[in-house]
Amino acid sequence: MNRLLLNKIVLILSTVSAFIGIGFLFWILITLTYKGLAGVHFETFTKDLVEGGIRNLLVGQFTMALMATLVAVPLGVLAGIYLREYGHGSKFASVIRTLSDVMTSAPSIVIGVFVFAILVDPFGGYNGWAGIVALAIMMLPIIIGTTDNMLALVPKELREAGIALGGSKHKIILQIVLQAAKVGVTTGILLSFARIIGETAPLLFTSANNQFFTMDLTGQFPSLTVSIYNLATYPDEASRNLAWAASFILTAIVLFINLTGRYFTRNKH
Amino acid sequence: MANSELKKVMEVKDLFFTYPGAPEPTLKGNNLPIYENKITALIGPSGCGKSTLLRAMNRIHDLYPGLTYKGKIDLRNQETGKMENILDLKKENELINLRQRVGMIFQKPTPFPMSIYDNVAYGLKLQGIKNKGELDGLVEEALKGAAIWKETKDRLKDSAMGMSGGQQQRLCIARSVALKPEVLLFDEPTSALDPISTGAIEELISEIKKDITVAIVTHNMQQASRLSDFTTFMYLGDIIEFDETEKIFLNPSQKMTEDYITGRFG
Amino acid sequence: MGGKLFRNFSFFSATLSFFLLVGIFAILFTYAQESMHTFGFDFLYTEIWEPGEDDEGGIFGGYIPIMGTLMSTLIAMILATPLAMGIAIFLTEIAPGQIVKPFSIAIELLAAIPSIIYGMWGLFYFAPIVQLLFGGNGVGLLTAGIVLAIMVIPFMAAITRDSMNTTPDVLKESAYAIGATKFEVIKDVIMPYSKGGIIGSIILSLGRALGETMAVAFLIGSVMTVPKVITDPTTSIPVLLANNFAEAQDLEISSMYYLALILFVVSFTVIALAKFYFFGRKKH
Repeated sequence: MNRLLLNKIVLILSTVSAFIGIGFLFWILITLTYKGLAGVHFETFTKDLVEGGIRNLLVGQFTMALMATLVAVPLGVLAGIYLREYGHGSKFASVIRTLSDVMTSAPSIVIGVFVFAILVDPFGGYNGWAGIVALAIMMLPIIIGTTDNMLALVPKELREAGIALGGSKHKIILQIVLQAAKVGVTTGILLSFARIIGETAPLLFTSANNQFFTMDLTGQFPSLTVSIYNLATYPDEASRNLAWAASFILTAIVLFINLTGRYFTRNKH
Repeated sequence: MANSELKKVMEVKDLFFTYPGAPEPTLKGNNLPIYENKITALIGPSGCGKSTLLRAMNRIHDLYPGLTYKGKIDLRNQETGKMENILDLKKENELINLRQRVGMIFQKPTPFPMSIYDNVAYGLKLQGIKNKGELDGLVEEALKGAAIWKETKDRLKDSAMGMSGGQQQRLCIARSVALKPEVLLFDEPTSALDPISTGAIEELISEIKKDITVAIVTHNMQQASRLSDFTTFMYLGDIIEFDETEKIFLNPSQKMTEDYITGRFG
Repeated sequence: MGGKLFRNFSFFSATLSFFLLVGIFAILFTYAQESMHTFGFDFLYTEIWEPGEDDEGGIFGGYIPIMGTLMSTLIAMILATPLAMGIAIFLTEIAPGQIVKPFSIAIELLAAIPSIIYGMWGLFYFAPIVQLLFGGNGVGLLTAGIVLAIMVIPFMAAITRDSMNTTPDVLKESAYAIGATKFEVIKDVIMPYSKGGIIGSIILSLGRALGETMAVAFLIGSVMTVPKVITDPTTSIPVLLANNFAEAQDLEISSMYYLALILFVVSFTVIALAKFYFFGRKKH
């Protein structure tokens, strides 16, 4: 029977595509582990880039990502609260919701260009603050989106019960609704952190890079991802090995944060 | 009781059915005959297993893995007249064939996201009918059979999603009727509909039974008594009583059946 | 009183994404002025990118990076779409229950890997294979397109899977109940039912592919030439920006802003189209 044959073929092809997808994941992970572990030594973590380690790069990347989180989380959560709790149903809210949804997929390089124009060019050079702002702009719409969606899952009876007890709206939002959505919002923050910690394009000409250990955000700031890009294209073996080691560590961090986030939500449901 | 004139189309024999991971069977040794060109109603409180039993009768359950059947469900072979156990079927094409012989109508109308015409023609095309003229004829016949030809003949190309709930349900019946099944299983077909649409569907089911044997699960006692020739009362996975509908509603032999019908529980 | 303040703060935060979008557009537009005045729309089909003597003037045209962006995206979409559909079908309709979760997680992890990793892995491990199979020197349009495809597949598959999962079971059952095979149920019921979400996921992935920088930067070759065959190196807008923006001056940097503006407007339009038209208000 022809129909059954066609059915078989499509099902087999679909299964094959799934295995191809998984195949790529393993291929990439195995390569990374194999090449990366070879380049990871104790000194990798204790020395700075100038001496062949990545200590300053890790500290720099985390500093910028954490600072960006500090900027983006309050703004994003507040915006999400506005969209769901105050403006819900209004034209304004739905326009903002769509715009911030679109922002989520805006090309990261363009955000780099924008921040260069407002924070690098006028101030005479690359600086860590510019990198932080670029990452925060990347992160903001993601946090708005998750907050909005997570608040939507909170049953309206909870809000009504709060109102019935005589609470004022903003107290109910902060003390009841946000608490109820806490796990979801936290997971969203974790996942968006995992996304920006691995970003390269928005940092290329904002923070740029620094070979030395520094905490001075007004100057060029060390970045793990930008360094990987530079090191990988150097012709010498040592630089490439360091690039692999750095890539392995970066991927391990990103996937670990991702899995942690997922673990939280799994437990909840 | 003129049982001698009745021919069995299907017969459930000592059927046990267990959902995946469930500690005990949902159906516990059910026995039920389905007589040709009659309407058999399955009634009972929620969770009694009536839908589970119905869904076993064309093995739609098998879409989800991990379930176990024990016992037999016989279906009469039209050509040889012999009863054959549908639980023996294993191959996909055998199951497809079974579902074309034993159709099913669901609680909510399930029009496919395509035109009215294509909805009805869909099953026929699956059977391999390609000739446009033949399809047109069969679609018209089915729509007439489901009593919606008048309402739909001028908008066969319109999406089926734009119809009312009652019309959609009749369209779904037409879609199944088009395949000329031997048995049609109805799983609470009117529970999502308004009273007027319900009336139209009930009328349609009574019409259909001239050609197709019907088994219907319903929550509505009036519907069961109005519509069916035989009724079976189920409770917690057991068939408590099976008899002619009149007998069940007027003079049940089991106390439990009487209690349920008179609304004392369930 | 606290309530009013809180409300105002949250309102201000909500308007921020609007101001950011407008701000990005305004800044790119302003800085692109010099180039826009000099080249106008000729910019779009001028193949030359040459600074003048002593960095004075010069001729800058966006044709090569624009075509590079479009071509690499096109290759990626052609390869990614069938595979992503296959994965989504596998996850929703074929895989047995125990397998769905680990496979889903694996696919989502693939989406979480930073793009720079794809680029580096692609350069050292994938480019040689492309070279072996299709000739060329390893880096070029084709390699960039393939690795770009690998990058967007998990993203596209995850959204497609979510849309397919919204098909009510009872609708699938009624197709099975008239004797449809699994493939027929997928083709005639699930696909039409989740059409909006599936097309949306494809367009959204297209938007992502257009703006992808790092994976492509390693692989496209980064040269300002028109590719003659598919394995030839060329460049794309994000890659040109990534490599040359920082050193550019005057008219050249203005031309780069012009390119950034084009990329921003195009991907904004594409993504907004997907979000607005195909996903609508599904979330509510």
